[in-house]
Amino acid sequence: MRHLPDDPSRRRLLLGGAALGTGALLAGCTSNAEKNSNSNDSGQTKVNAGDNAAPGKAVTIGFSAPAADHGWIRAITDNAAKQAGLYKDVTLKKVDAGKDAPAQVAALQTLIQQKPDVIVLLPQDGAQLTATGKAAMEAGIPVVNLDREFSDAGAARLLIKGDNYGMGLAAGQYIGAKLKGKTDAVIAEIAGIDNLPLTQDRSRGFKDGLAQYGLKVGNRVAAQFTVQSGQDVTANLLQAAPKIDAIWNHDDDQGVGVLAAIKQAGRKEFFMVGGAGSLDAMEHIRTGDTPLECTVTYPPTMASSAISLARLIAQGKGLSDLVELQVPKEIVLASETITKSNVDKYLPLGFRS
Amino acid sequence: MIDVATRPAPSTSDRTGWWRSDGSEPVRRNLGLVGVLTLLLIVGMVTRSDIFLNGHRLWNNELTVLTQASSIGVVTIGMTFVMISGGIDLSVGALLALASVWSTTVATQSYGPGVMIMAALLVGTGSGLVNGILIAYGRMVPFIATLAMMVAARGLAQKISGKLTQIVRVDDINKIAEWKPLGIPLLVIIFAVVAVLAWILLNRTTFGRRTVAIGGNAEAARLAGINLRVHTLLVYALSGLCCGIAAVMVTAQATAGSSDHGNLYELNAIAAAIIGGTALTGGRGTIVGSVLGVLVFTQIYNLFIVKNLQTEYQLIAQGVIIVAAVLIQQFRVAALRRPAPPGA
Repeated sequence: MRHLPDDPSRRRLLLGGAALGTGALLAGCTSNAEKNSNSNDSGQTKVNAGDNAAPGKAVTIGFSAPAADHGWIRAITDNAAKQAGLYKDVTLKKVDAGKDAPAQVAALQTLIQQKPDVIVLLPQDGAQLTATGKAAMEAGIPVVNLDREFSDAGAARLLIKGDNYGMGLAAGQYIGAKLKGKTDAVIAEIAGIDNLPLTQDRSRGFKDGLAQYGLKVGNRVAAQFTVQSGQDVTANLLQAAPKIDAIWNHDDDQGVGVLAAIKQAGRKEFFMVGGAGSLDAMEHIRTGDTPLECTVTYPPTMASSAISLARLIAQGKGLSDLVELQVPKEIVLASETITKSNVDKYLPLGFRS
Repeated sequence: MIDVATRPAPSTSDRTGWWRSDGSEPVRRNLGLVGVLTLLLIVGMVTRSDIFLNGHRLWNNELTVLTQASSIGVVTIGMTFVMISGGIDLSVGALLALASVWSTTVATQSYGPGVMIMAALLVGTGSGLVNGILIAYGRMVPFIATLAMMVAARGLAQKISGKLTQIVRVDDINKIAEWKPLGIPLLVIIFAVVAVLAWILLNRTTFGRRTVAIGGNAEAARLAGINLRVHTLLVYALSGLCCGIAAVMVTAQATAGSSDHGNLYELNAIAAAIIGGTALTGGRGTIVGSVLGVLVFTQIYNLFIVKNLQTEYQLIAQGVIIVAAVLIQQFRVAALRRPAPPGA
């Protein structure tokens, strides 16, 4: 039995190690992350001149957002860090949100112990992080709730979020205005992950927006916010509907795949509206090289604004254009409609998908 | 496609009786899958006759199904070899993502389409080799080794891409998904070629016979003089190569590389191989069965979208099919345990 491979020989372990090491080394060589992050987001952070910009009390802001799995979340994290960097009196303490809501709860408990002046929190899940938000507030740390809303308004000092319903409404109204009177128009909707409340809000808004013009959604499919899923559902959707008048795609990240499928099928009888406002989508709108002629925003710049407002809250200042002495309790960003006529103005705000 | 793939299969069992012999079991199973596919088409004809009874639209729709099946199909073929050898490869989706990201970095894209394709194939094969080394020489359980690779490769893909979608600016790569020589999409042709080569490799070469032998009884295979380690290494490298090929296909389809590509491919590939008759315990499985398994899942997906139904029903349907397939397999194993009738 001596010839049996009983001991994992050293030579072979070495071989395996060498293979792993070479892989890691090569990866280092091909990395292009740096090149990506330096460009095109100069407009996404901003400090306005005025009394509030003047350095004040030194503020430590705790920040937690889910790990970036697509362009939008990545833009959120980048914007928060860059905006904090613009203030001399702000120190940003980022904590990893981990994989899911319980992991983020644990991370935040550690953060609360460190007693930052204010916490900016984009929860993995609003409802599941509500108790943690409350705990921070009770510990005397104001919480700025970013985008995904807590189930209890008392768990946050300030809620700043995008308008998912408004986004669907804007898309529906844009399409409705263009197809007005064409009651037999075929309108397709490509949603994101279907069991998220935000997707349901967007779809509800879209339905209401179209209803104002007597139109309704003909074909509806749901992708996964990823490029590949966008390509996959669209390829099948285009078979289901041989003639389409308009498409609304909820998300510009998956829109890369949607546009790829449209090109592969050689279809161009319809126009398309996007969602979120990525740089790639804006470039297509500007050049007009695809059916994409409009996108409705859901801006990740809200992270920059959240940091600025968190700073003001910690320093006890209000917004200079408002009469009140304190920052408001809730801010809902408008979903703006970007078309060829105003795309140049929005290009600096576009995020890389 | 189906015809090309199924025709050679019966030849293995021509010599013995057709229906009764054990060797014809895969053929019967494959006929069952063809039956399921036919049933799905009939459902389509009844509920969406405007597509499924219109020759031109049916042709286009089925080409779309085949195109969308092509990348997961290639991955499943690699998975079939691994599973027949008695292993499992959970890293296929992550390897696909890593290969797609690696081949679409700004640096790689600057070298043109040839280098991009080579990069994807090399990264896939290389990572598969690492899997093989860990399993064959590090003596790790395949489930654990490839699970680790699944997590690590996905992480590395995210690191390289900076979690951004890497849009492909090289037109020749995107053309792969647009080009239709003789009206057949190139992706479908690639899928067919890979399937035919894999069939030959499994059924007509010593490599294939050894793979089956190892999966059937590793100790017996070793005593028969098969180098288990080298062979295991090659099987996982082959699976990695398939991921590399699929990475090029997905990248072309999506016109982008992304660390999200190939999400859940490991589960879809295993599911397709299993309903195609590949045993999780190894030693048994066919390429034709795996290809049919993929087509069944893709056809269901297509049918649900064409019918404008939501995805949850489709997930339920997939689950039911997997359970049914495994139950059938269990009954078959139980039947094998019974004493063989004389002369069988």
